[in-house]
Amino acid sequence: MASVSIRNVRKSFGSTEVLHGVSVEIADGEFVVLVGPSGCGKSTLLRMIAGLENITSGEIAIGGRVVNNVPPKDRDIAMVFQNYALYPHMTVRDNMAFSLSLAKAPKQVIEAEVGRAARILGLEGLLHRYPRQLSGGQRQRVAMGRAIVRNPQVFLFDEPLSNLDAKLRVQMRAEIRELQMRLNTTTVYVTHDQIEAMTMADKIVVMNSGHVEQIGPPLELYDRPANLFVAGFIGSPAMNMIEGRVEDGAFRSADGTAWPLPPANGQGGAAPAGPIIYGVRPEHVRLAPGEGIPATVQVVEPTGSETQVLLRVGGASLVGAFRERIAARPGEVLPVLPDPALVHLFDRETGRRL
Amino acid sequence: MSVTAAPSWSHTRPQPGWLARLFDWKPFLIVVCLLPAVGLLTVFLTYPLGLGVWLAFTDTKIGRSGRWVGLENFAYLMEDPTFWSAVFYSVFYTAVATVGKFALGLWLALLLNNHLPFKSLIRAIILMPWIVPTVLSAIAFWWIYDPQFSIISYVFVDVLGLRERYFDFLGSTWPARFSLIAANIWRGIPFVAICLLAGLQTISPSLYEAALLDGATPWQRFTRITVPLLMPILAIVMTFSIIFTFTDFQLVYAITRGGPVNSTHLMATLAFQRGIAGQELAEGAAIAVSMIPFLVFATLFSYFALARRKWQQGESND
Repeated sequence: MASVSIRNVRKSFGSTEVLHGVSVEIADGEFVVLVGPSGCGKSTLLRMIAGLENITSGEIAIGGRVVNNVPPKDRDIAMVFQNYALYPHMTVRDNMAFSLSLAKAPKQVIEAEVGRAARILGLEGLLHRYPRQLSGGQRQRVAMGRAIVRNPQVFLFDEPLSNLDAKLRVQMRAEIRELQMRLNTTTVYVTHDQIEAMTMADKIVVMNSGHVEQIGPPLELYDRPANLFVAGFIGSPAMNMIEGRVEDGAFRSADGTAWPLPPANGQGGAAPAGPIIYGVRPEHVRLAPGEGIPATVQVVEPTGSETQVLLRVGGASLVGAFRERIAARPGEVLPVLPDPALVHLFDRETGRRL
Repeated sequence: MSVTAAPSWSHTRPQPGWLARLFDWKPFLIVVCLLPAVGLLTVFLTYPLGLGVWLAFTDTKIGRSGRWVGLENFAYLMEDPTFWSAVFYSVFYTAVATVGKFALGLWLALLLNNHLPFKSLIRAIILMPWIVPTVLSAIAFWWIYDPQFSIISYVFVDVLGLRERYFDFLGSTWPARFSLIAANIWRGIPFVAICLLAGLQTISPSLYEAALLDGATPWQRFTRITVPLLMPILAIVMTFSIIFTFTDFQLVYAITRGGPVNSTHLMATLAFQRGIAGQELAEGAAIAVSMIPFLVFATLFSYFALARRKWQQGESND
């Protein structure tokens, strides 16, 4: 086990810089998820930690030792690849034993270590099989077994669940999290799926086009997104963003509709007058007969546990997610009101939270 | 108002004509569909092979139809030292040339699998020996091996001054044998290299990355990842290569014609020499037929020993 420090790391491929100075501190035993859209540099960063990509500038330290020039095998890390990268010509046992047999470990040690990993992952019955004879979930487990056998200081996961079907993904998500808590090994996990990030991480690093947008525990990111990007990326369905301006202590969208401001700002204190972006999560929109803003129903999407309604207020569209079942028809008008305490305000120029 | 009954009309399916019925008849269809393929195979493959085998058991000469003599030709060949020398050289030629072609071809393929500048240009250049007509390259090698005008001799004697006398490539038994093998290797490398390169490109780079993290050295990555994963395509390419090399004719016939003193005859060139040039058609056929067991053995060997791997076979769950 070890901490991982990433200090002002940059990466260029030729003349294109893909990481523009990334710094992340990962504590011993922490489960950190790097999340972001495709091409944001999260996998590149992970591969730099693994030593599969060299570091253009900056420093990466594992357990206090700078590893910029340490070859991958000496970094004491283990990686689970997106396509698992199981050796097709080796049985499950040989796949898991490969690193130890390369290190010329004694036979009993190999047997014991492979046995231990197989027990942890429930692979005992599959040791003589070849990867081709395994299901997706089993392959995923073998890939983790290969990492566990090495007893590394840091686990690296590169989108390990993206090749699995939806149901298995939910199951493996819990399994990986449970395993990490049991082994208490520092883990860096890359995904593009914010639900995976929210459910698994101790700490999430949101990345966007080579920059870190925000670092923090999942709920902090949800409750206090630092900027528009994080606000839009975390949470599903995505946060509603309404453009408008603060005038006379109220937020007015383009068509003049007045929206309630958060209490602290209600007196016109913190919210500066001028153009801002008003963010409210669908689940923080409620029905308020009498006092609500009239909104026209466009589409109703019942999911069973909640009802998502696509609404139109003036020129702006608004998604509401309601726990109650709403039998509204398109064209009907519903009175809706955002919960003022849970509204987020962002600067329109910089996108920063106000 | 009168109600007029609709003219009675019963839907009758049009009866298909006899031709349509014939084409719906499965046995007829099978015959029609197979006929072109079977016809071509019979005319161009089965008949010549059958005729060759038949000739081997007769005493046919050119211009004189023969009669059945049983194993007489083979019995004669058993006693013939030239035949045995050709058998030996065919096996030796195939073995040494195959090892050479695969060692150099694999090496080239590994080089080309890396990111090199001008990669496609280099690949195109490497294919050159293979696309040049064999006889043309044979003539080139004939000049290279010429006792008087050899460029190799010129370089060693006149340019570098390392030797006193010109090489005698084709004048005596073993130098001639090895010279032909070298020419064959030169010609065979591109085929091996390009095929193996295709095989190398099917190996996922993430396997090498995983092996790198597992602590494998470059040599270990080669022996424990590349070689086993390349084995299936290696086996197929090797089978083809062995067959092409064992049945080689053009290079040897164009460069040495089996000389000196029949020492570089392959079975194919000897068969031609005896059968066509020597007019003993039956004897030539017998020599050619003697090649069949070797080829069958080589094919079966690579098929069973190299090609089939448990890890490749389907999804069967034991």
